[in-house]
This record gives sequence, structure tokens and C-alpha cells, in this order.
Amino acid sequence: MNPKALAGVNVVAFELAQAGPMTTSFLAAYGAKVIRIESQKHLDWHRQVGPFLGDINNPDRSCCFLHANPGKMSVTLNLKHERAKSIIRRIIAWADVVVDSFAGGAVDRLGLGYGDLVKIRPDIIMLSSDAYGHSGPFAGTPSYGVPLTALSGLPHITGAPDQMPQFPGFAITDFIVPRTNVLAIVSALDYRRKTGKGQYIDASQFECTIPLLTPVILELEVNGVDAGRIGNRSRYGAPHGVYRCRGEDRWCAISVFTEQEWQSFCEAIGNAALASEPKFASMAARLQNQDDLDRIIERWTLSRSPEEVMVTLQNAGIACGVLQTGHDLANDPQLKYDNFYHKIDHPDVGGFSYSGMPVQLSRTPYEMSRAPALGEHNEIVCRTVVGLSDDEFVELLGQEVFE
Amino acid sequence: MEQTRDRAMLGSYRVLDLTDEQGFYCGQLLGYLGADVIKVESPGGDRSRLIPPFAGGIPGVENSLYWRSFNTNKRSITLNLNSTQGQDIFRELVKKADVVVESFPPGYMAQMGIDYSTLNRLNERIILTSISPFGQAGPYSKWKGSDLVCWAMGGLLAQTGDPDRPPVRISHINFAYQMAGADAAWGTAIALYWRGTSGQGQHVTVSIQQSVAKTNFMAHEVFEATGKEQKRASSFYRVERSEVKLRSVWEAKDGYVAFLIFGGHWGATHDNPRLVEWMDEEGMADDYLRGIDWARLSWRRTPMDEVARIHGYVERFFRSKTKAELLDGAIKRRIAIQPVNTPGDILLHPQLLARNYWQELPWDGGMLVKYPSRFCLPSYSPCQQWRPAPRLGQHNTEVYQELLGFDAEKIGRLKQGGII
Repeated sequence: MNPKALAGVNVVAFELAQAGPMTTSFLAAYGAKVIRIESQKHLDWHRQVGPFLGDINNPDRSCCFLHANPGKMSVTLNLKHERAKSIIRRIIAWADVVVDSFAGGAVDRLGLGYGDLVKIRPDIIMLSSDAYGHSGPFAGTPSYGVPLTALSGLPHITGAPDQMPQFPGFAITDFIVPRTNVLAIVSALDYRRKTGKGQYIDASQFECTIPLLTPVILELEVNGVDAGRIGNRSRYGAPHGVYRCRGEDRWCAISVFTEQEWQSFCEAIGNAALASEPKFASMAARLQNQDDLDRIIERWTLSRSPEEVMVTLQNAGIACGVLQTGHDLANDPQLKYDNFYHKIDHPDVGGFSYSGMPVQLSRTPYEMSRAPALGEHNEIVCRTVVGLSDDEFVELLGQEVFE
Repeated sequence: MEQTRDRAMLGSYRVLDLTDEQGFYCGQLLGYLGADVIKVESPGGDRSRLIPPFAGGIPGVENSLYWRSFNTNKRSITLNLNSTQGQDIFRELVKKADVVVESFPPGYMAQMGIDYSTLNRLNERIILTSISPFGQAGPYSKWKGSDLVCWAMGGLLAQTGDPDRPPVRISHINFAYQMAGADAAWGTAIALYWRGTSGQGQHVTVSIQQSVAKTNFMAHEVFEATGKEQKRASSFYRVERSEVKLRSVWEAKDGYVAFLIFGGHWGATHDNPRLVEWMDEEGMADDYLRGIDWARLSWRRTPMDEVARIHGYVERFFRSKTKAELLDGAIKRRIAIQPVNTPGDILLHPQLLARNYWQELPWDGGMLVKYPSRFCLPSYSPCQQWRPAPRLGQHNTEVYQELLGFDAEKIGRLKQGGII
């Protein structure tokens, strides 16, 4: 059996919806033990929205929840209950890392802020991933993926020039934030291993996405230009876009950057003469005449399947790819080769296909396991982590501690 | 500065960065946390130094705003890896390094005699991080992938845009590459952590296609679970099991804002009554709007003409106000209306200003330019910009002397030989 890179790392998660849960699911995939604290009364939004497996509305069947929570344990606790407070203190004592994605200040009100945690575990690492960070005039303002994506500025540069701003994917910040969160947490663990020093990490979701925007920020500062939206075009390659193919809403993406690629491209589409037409003979000319060029290319792609376009052009050394749908992803030979999707069975709700990790570690590969049912690990965690006897556990069951 | 590096999480590590635009965000992120990142460029420069836009519109290896965005926190040396002497020098550098990051086409590192097994023999603690469009092996691994093509193949492109128009990516920033760079950075950090306990390095590989597939909203997962495809709707939110679409992006007087009109308990207890009250104060509500029982409203069961009617009120109200007026009212009344920020809005955002988010770095001609200072704010360790993006080969003398003990004469000879 392969070793796990984060074996021995214990994580407690106070989290909601997508960004926080995805952060700790990454840690779990590389071997960390993650206990997610949930509430029976105040269900995570992601347990309530569909789609649901088998179309049955049940908190253990929501695809949103399953997708964001593989590999964790779920413990439900009513954190306002006195007996729950002593349980959570013992779980914190077990933890190396606490991740909090509640709105700023919520964990402090529960007596679980960083100041409280260090009294239990002086070298704890705590990361808070809320919208705005824990200081400043907007601190504590609740938010979620949709407004956060608008806040990030990414929709301003997504879309055609004559189109409204578009949200990339869905609430894209939810998927960006986990990346830098994991980097910060693991780096802090490494630093603690060497120095014994834990710390608090204020990881504002707004602040961690802005570095991606640096090119358009510099363009404004240095050149005084707001770059705006340019569709699928590139400022250093043409043709560069998506082209309609045969079939219902089927498309292929094509990018040509070098003169050699341009020559090969024209030959591959059976129009070698195009390469030397004055309107298209240099990159500067192609960038000038993209509308005309795109029309010529689409005449060629329209009568072909996107797969045929992709294989023809890739064989000619051109970057080209099908705009893959869910069905295409499931059948992608490269993703299959890498075992990227993991269909994992669950005794009660049936199987779910989890996407894997984009990072392979040669000596410590990741492993996926399924997401937990609500409160599935109450008993095991109370016995093994908290150290309760059977009698004590049964007694607490009657006191609404786990609600 | 060296004292604060002692406090930096990754301050004890050295990274040799061989990447181009497909992976240079990795080294920058590790650099924010204090790693000594040395960009190893060909004598003519990393080709991505020629990606526009350029300062003042003038192309040149020192002028790319794009390159200078993602290569702060690095030193730059030049080295010709296509020469045997250059390869020898690189192997000596590897003995002094913790991490090598590269984004060459798969197989190219082996051609240069610096693939993982060779590096591992030289330094068993070395971590090699490789970034490529479709991984290092497998049916598509030799294929070319641009940023746009990786968006397509990872399933994110088909999910972005209006349903009646072509799918569309994020302009300008090569977002898929940056996601892969970020994945490479945390993957490298995990490998460093494990090396600390095991003493062993390893090969970390990132597929840009998979980085994108981990960024799309469950295209595959939902298809597998329900047999249905999620059709793109990037300025709308689709209500489950119905044809109803809720607008998420709205026109304001001077730009755009994002807002969703939630039905049911959430809408009734959060935004909707507060928004209607505000509209009422401004004379933009009527009996119909005031009479809606939001708690009982289920969008799924609402006829389309009524969906449009309710949206119409909000549309007229938002159009009558500027983004700033809407944000101001939203904060006072606790309504989740959020302007779609422009780069100018972000530079002046009061929250970022209050938290000292911008860090001025020296620019050409004595100018200073504001950069994001961090991606997180740790209580003890710095996460910051340590140095501006380097000029090509700016640190040749310093690095070759410090790491390999080359004197000025030797460096001069190597320069003449076209090695550095």
C-alpha cells in the first residue's frame, strides 16, 4: 500500500456550501482525517439543493453535497448545547487544523474563535475562508458564490464585447478559493513541523482571487486601459475561437499561434492556398481580419463532428479540443487513462461518480472515498476521538446534543 | 528581509522555475510564501515574455504586462538547456534546490537529460513538478492544448455563456493555466510536507485539463447521476426541475450588478422584503409587488409570465440607479446586491484599501505600480510580494556565484559561449 502524504494530519471543518468543503476534501484525498461538524437543524445549503440521486429529496443524496465532501467524517452537534461544547473541545484537542468558512465572526460567537482554540491546542493552525476577511468595513458581511463572483471582477472580462458580463461556469470563486486555501494550510503545517509554531490564516475569498486579475489591473494602471471583454479571442494568436460543428449545439475550440501552425492548419482543412492570402498571411493580418477568417473556418467545421475536427487538427499539430459535455467527460480516453472519475458505491443512496484530483503525486497518490451521510460518524468519533463510553454516548443521545 | 524569511512558511526552500505561461503562477504562489524562486530562462528569454499587452504598447521582453503580472517573487537567470554544458550546469543547480517546476511538452525534459529519474539520482530529495495540458502519459498527452482548448476539454467552456450564443472563456488572463499553476503549487507543498517526514522527493504531475474539470460545476457528476446535461446559462440561474431561469446579472445605470431573487423561506427572510421596502420608498413598488408572499413563492410552480413580471420590477429599479447607489443601499439594508466589479472598482475598493491590500512595487522610470500583496493573511508568517518581476538574466552574477561559486571570469566565458 502506498503511503499517504498527509497521514497523521487531523482536520476539523466548520463549513458551508462549496469553497470550504472543497478545501478540506482536497486534504482528505491526500490522507488527512477530516471531521466535518454539521447541524441537523440547520442543514448545509448543499444538502438541500438538488439534483438528488434517484430524484429523492434527502440530505444524503444531494449531488452538490456529495461532490464537495468526499473522504470526510460527518458529526452533527448542536453547538449551543453545553454538553456539545465539551465534546467539541475534545475534538479540537485532537485537531492539527481547523477550517472555518462561516461568515466572519460566527465561530467566535460559538466560543470557537482562534483565541479560544489556542487555549485548547496552542499550536493549532486555523484558516478562516469568508468573503471579505476579518477586518475592514466589510468584515462579517455574509456572502455566497454568486455575489462573490461578481465581486471578483471575473464576469467583467467574460463574454463577447457586445454581451452582458457572463459568470464563468457557475459561482467560479467557489472553485478558485480551495486552491490557495490548501496551499496556505499545507505550507503552515510544514512550517509548524519545523518550528512548532501554529498560526491563524485570514483567507478572504475576495483577496485570494485578485492575483488572477493582475494583468488587467496592470493594464489599467500602466496603460490606462480597461481591457473589457474580448470573447474567445487572443491578442497573440489567430485563428482563436470556438467553431460550430455538426450536431445540436456542438463546438470545437481552435488556437493557432505560430506561422508553422498556420501553414499546417491550412493544409489540414484542405485549403493550403489560404495560408498565403494577403488578408491572412501574417499574424498581424490574421488578427486584423478575424471575422472573415472565422467564417471560412466555420464553413469547414460545420459539416464535421467536433471529434473529427479535433483529431484532424491535433494530428496536424494544432491545439484543438471538443467543448466537452458531461457525457463527453465520462467517455474521455485521457481522463479514463488517468482514472480521473471514481464511481464509489454507497450502501444506502447508491453510487456517485466523484471527480478526482488534478494533481498526481508519484509516491503518495491520492485516494477518493465517499462523502458521509449526515451524522454518520457521531458514534465512532465520540468513542475514539472524544473517548466517551457507550453509556455516556447513549445518555447524550437523549439530550438533543447531536441535533 | 532575511529575518522575515525565517518566519515565512516556505522560506527555507529553493525552487528552479522552468515554466512558461502554462505554469508560471506556481512559482509565484510559492514565492508569496517566501520560497526562493529562480526562473531559469533560455538566453533569449522565456517565450511568454512576449505575450501582450505591453507597457506603452511597445513589444519587448521587459515590457509584457502579462509576464510581469505572474513573475514577481522570482529571480531570473539565463541558461541554454539545449547545450550539454548548460545541462551540466542545470544538474549542478538541482543539487542545491528543493523543487524544479516545468511546463515543457511531455518528453522534452528527458531529451535534455533532466527527467525525474535523472534528477532523483542527483538529489533524492528533489521534487519535480510537471504541468502539461493532458498529463505526462496517455492517449492525448502529446497533444497541444491552449488555454481555450483546456477550457473546452475540461468541460468549463460548454458551461459558460448565453444559451443562444457561442460558449465563451474568461478573456486576457489564461485562467485554465493559472488554475493548473495553483494546483501545482499546493501539490508541491504537499510533496514538501511529505518529504519532511519521509526524506524522499517525488514527481508531481498536473494536467491542465483536469484542473479545469475540477473547476466546472459538476458537468460530469450531474450527467452521471441524472442523465441530463447542464446547458450553459451564465447570466441566469436555472431552477431545478423546471424551465424557470432567474436572472443573476442585471443592468445598472453605469454597469452591471449581480442579484438572485430567491423564493421560499430564504427569500422571505432575507433580501426580498428589504428590497421591496426600498423600492416602495422610491415609488417603484405597487400593490402587486407588495402583496407577494415570498415564503409561499416557489419559482418552480410560478407561471413564466409571472416570473417575467416580478423580474421586470427589479430590472426597472436597478436600471434607475448606479452601481455605487445600489451597493450603498445594499449594505445599509443588508441585501445581497453586488456590483460586477471592473479593475478600476477593485483598485479603489474600500475593503481592500482598509486592509492595506495593495503593495507598490518599483516600475520603469522610477514609477511605482500597485500589485495584489497576498493571497491570504497569516498571523505570523508573511505572505507578500518580495520582489518585482525580474529583468531577463538580472540575477546571473548573484545566483551563479551564490549557488555554484562561479567567478566573474567564468560567468563572462559562459556568456560568450552562449551558455548563459
